[in-house]
Amino acid sequence: MSARLGPRARVWGGFLLAAALLLGVAPAVLSDFRLNLLGKFLCLAMVAVGIGLAWGRGGMLTLGQGVFFGLGGYLMAMHLKLADAGPGGVPDFMLLYGDGTVPGWWEPFRSPVVTILAILLLPAGLAALLGLAVFKRRVRGAYFAILSQALAAAFAILLIGQQKVTGGTNGLNGFRGFFGYDLSDPVNKRMLYYIAAVVLLLMVAAVRLLMRSRYGELLVAVRDQENRVRFLGYDPALVKVVAYTVAAAFAAIGGALFTPIVGIISPADVGVVPSIAFLVGVAIGGRATLLGPVLGAIGVSWAETSLSESFPSFWTYFQGALFIVVVAFLPNGLATLGQVWRRRRGGSGAGIAADDAVRPDARRSDDQESGVHDPAVSGRTA
Amino acid sequence: MDALVSQLFAGLSLGSVLLLAALGLALTFGQMGVINMAHGEFMMAGAYTAFVVQGVIADAGVSLLVSLVIGFLVGGLLGLLLEVALISRMYKRPLDTLLVTFGVALVLQQAARDVFGAPNVDVRAPSWLSGAVEILGVGIPKTRLFILALAVLAVVALSLALRYTPLGRRIRATVQNRDLAETSGISTRATDRLTFFLGSGVAGVAGVALTLLGSIGPTLGTNYIVDAFLVVVVGGIGQLKGAVIAAIGLGLLQAGIEYSTTASIAKVLVFVIIVAFLQVRPQGLVSVRTRSLA
Amino acid sequence: MSTEQHDTPSVDAVPVDGTTGLDTEALEAVIAAPGERFRHDYLEMRDLRVVFDGFVAVDGIDLTVTQGDLRFLIGPNGAGKTTVVDAITGLAPATGSARFGGVELVGRPSHRTARAGVGRTFQTASVFDELTVLQNLDIAAGAGRRPWTMLRRRSVVPEHVEQALDTVGLGHVRDLPAGVLAHGQKQWLEIGMLLVQDARLLLLDEPVAGMSQSEREQTGRLLQRIGEQRTVIVVEHDMEFLRAFASSVTVLHQGSVLSEGSVAQVQADPKVVEVYLGRDAGARASASAATGGAPPSPGSSSTPSSPSPSSAEVS
Repeated sequence: MSARLGPRARVWGGFLLAAALLLGVAPAVLSDFRLNLLGKFLCLAMVAVGIGLAWGRGGMLTLGQGVFFGLGGYLMAMHLKLADAGPGGVPDFMLLYGDGTVPGWWEPFRSPVVTILAILLLPAGLAALLGLAVFKRRVRGAYFAILSQALAAAFAILLIGQQKVTGGTNGLNGFRGFFGYDLSDPVNKRMLYYIAAVVLLLMVAAVRLLMRSRYGELLVAVRDQENRVRFLGYDPALVKVVAYTVAAAFAAIGGALFTPIVGIISPADVGVVPSIAFLVGVAIGGRATLLGPVLGAIGVSWAETSLSESFPSFWTYFQGALFIVVVAFLPNGLATLGQVWRRRRGGSGAGIAADDAVRPDARRSDDQESGVHDPAVSGRTA
Repeated sequence: MDALVSQLFAGLSLGSVLLLAALGLALTFGQMGVINMAHGEFMMAGAYTAFVVQGVIADAGVSLLVSLVIGFLVGGLLGLLLEVALISRMYKRPLDTLLVTFGVALVLQQAARDVFGAPNVDVRAPSWLSGAVEILGVGIPKTRLFILALAVLAVVALSLALRYTPLGRRIRATVQNRDLAETSGISTRATDRLTFFLGSGVAGVAGVALTLLGSIGPTLGTNYIVDAFLVVVVGGIGQLKGAVIAAIGLGLLQAGIEYSTTASIAKVLVFVIIVAFLQVRPQGLVSVRTRSLA
Repeated sequence: MSTEQHDTPSVDAVPVDGTTGLDTEALEAVIAAPGERFRHDYLEMRDLRVVFDGFVAVDGIDLTVTQGDLRFLIGPNGAGKTTVVDAITGLAPATGSARFGGVELVGRPSHRTARAGVGRTFQTASVFDELTVLQNLDIAAGAGRRPWTMLRRRSVVPEHVEQALDTVGLGHVRDLPAGVLAHGQKQWLEIGMLLVQDARLLLLDEPVAGMSQSEREQTGRLLQRIGEQRTVIVVEHDMEFLRAFASSVTVLHQGSVLSEGSVAQVQADPKVVEVYLGRDAGARASASAATGGAPPSPGSSSTPSSPSPSSAEVS
């Protein structure tokens, strides 16, 4: 049915459908509590969109997205705490743990403009810097994964260690307002949800444009044959840095919205384990697809919330099993199942001709590729 | 002077712990290219082995020595199982093994929580390891010395085994040229399994050793796994030498920076230094250069 | 997926291993650039040396290849042929000098070497399997594109990409993923990529490995035509191919130049006969050398390790 529409119409149709679901249906049928929960999932999905680009398309297994998520979240939280602060202008937890003075580097974040700029630029800048340092020296594959993970570990330890200025293990919480809007008012909580939904839709649109651009093709080329790309006159490091930076920026924005929606940001949201946990949704949905990461992330978060409420220990087993089963046996995620289904349907209806005739082959090479393209082994000898 | 010696020793001690944790990885990651995130959980399993053994054998000294052996077997068998069940299917997808073994790590952690409970447990150190030895005017805990000795022993034993036993030769042959090894009549499958058994067994031993340093819990492994991988990355792959130098170096560095700042700042600085170091030597300290195309 | 990239209807279901050949007319369009551009191009290596952990792979090679030459680089396994190519393109750590078009290539990062007009292929055809043939060529053509162009979709296929598609006879499979191409077609795609990349120095590592006889001949003629204009170095094991198409030959042995000259000269060189063709083939080869390029003997046509598609896939 949808196959009869032109590709362009299908894309627009899908986009409008998603917008209608997120902006129209969801707020109408969900309770305030559930809607807020969905808002949280959307923030996590923003991280997933970025990971899909960097990992699925770019082959960079980034295990440290929690760092950028956390940076965005903490930057936002700092501003909210400063805005909430009483007459002395000192956030409550600093009075509790510290000496009651605000450190100088906190001061700029009293300004909403500085805060928003910082959220957009700081994590992205850090990612660009780190990416240049690492990719220029051709550190990649497993080495890159391990480094990004070490970054997440160091970041979480730093947050916990500097309790006086970061709130330590407790993180930053108890926000009362959001840029002047009272967060105890359900209307304003809904507004936050709408913001998250619109931002996510924009991100998905942006990533689609990127994937379909020449850059998107080049990124896949770099993922599969980095050296070949180099001998065509491109610097693969720059190609990767762009995707890595975009992923970091998306994660930071997700974190910044996560903070007011959930009401807390703490080291437990940014460390090694949550950073890897971001990947499970992406893997399940299909790492190299556009919508797979989004749907996967939302689905996994939803499952986690509903399962861990009733069976906390079961959830951990389930999460572990998801990693094992999906990555080992369904490397392209549930998107693979969708393709299989589409292929079957195409096979029975003889109408869909040449295009589908080549697909099985294409897919076969896909399956091999998705395994081989991570140049981890070669990274060791390069 | 005293401060210097005690810092030096703190660094050496941390380095020896890192080395024990990383030695098995140097085999499985360094030699085989498998990124086993469950390595830390194999250490955790070794630590709980010591806890269980002590429940059976009351004498702390005997139980420690028995635990070292059983811990090796427990770690090794877990590794063997993992290799046969999952990793053997995924040698062409090294990055994906990372995620799969992370899933295994989650399951093992939760299993430990369900079996032994979430709170930490203690393993008694034998009386002959209590107290300290005076070295250059500084009191050094005997447990730390024991771990240092154990690390040295493990390195010596492994490198001898790799160099002089037929198994070691097979491992090295397989690492250097898998196809050629296979056509020369070496069963690469069996070699992979044995390598994994050895590497995971060393993790079990490391876990037993860690019980001497403090109480143990289900997340024991996660505390060490990241640093252990960093050791292998900095050390470079293919030879144990690199891991040894890197472990001691990182231990000294961490302890040294910690001395002048705080542990958390030290962690970040060490990370920055590692990234800077990789600018100079992206292949790590010790690397085998080949002409093979990337 | 990337296969549905183009609005152009995917051309009729021509079998992937279709036997359509190369199109030399289209080649003329691709390489129509004025000959002066290439007039003073030459590659000059002086004391080029590559050492891997104490093993001397290339031991101080001096070598000059001028524009208009189709130079074949041969030698037994381990002679350092591929390593020379690696050294020029920045893949192997080299000392000494390799200059092309006045630009020093030793020590230059690979991507900047490529931008200096040096293109290469690999022993194993390395194309981007998941991208279509057209996308492969488009990427090869695009190293100079500005960021803004990169971030947009391809609205029209660049003219020279179209012509390269025809040149290498892959127009009918333009929208297929390159991964499904036959081995020979992948090799042609690589040559096409070098053409759109506008390489002035082409370094080809075993370009006809795994090709059929007719494909070899077409490829040879294509390379000859390209070689009239640009500087081309071909690393080959296939002696028959060499005799048919080489305009000059350099023989490497243990990292040094053993002999250099025309096919006939090299074949007549007793040193070459001794070290390269080996003891058993020596007698026959010296016999053929005496007659100056007799038909290839089966023993020498597939010298030491004749590369096969299966060995190419391992890597």
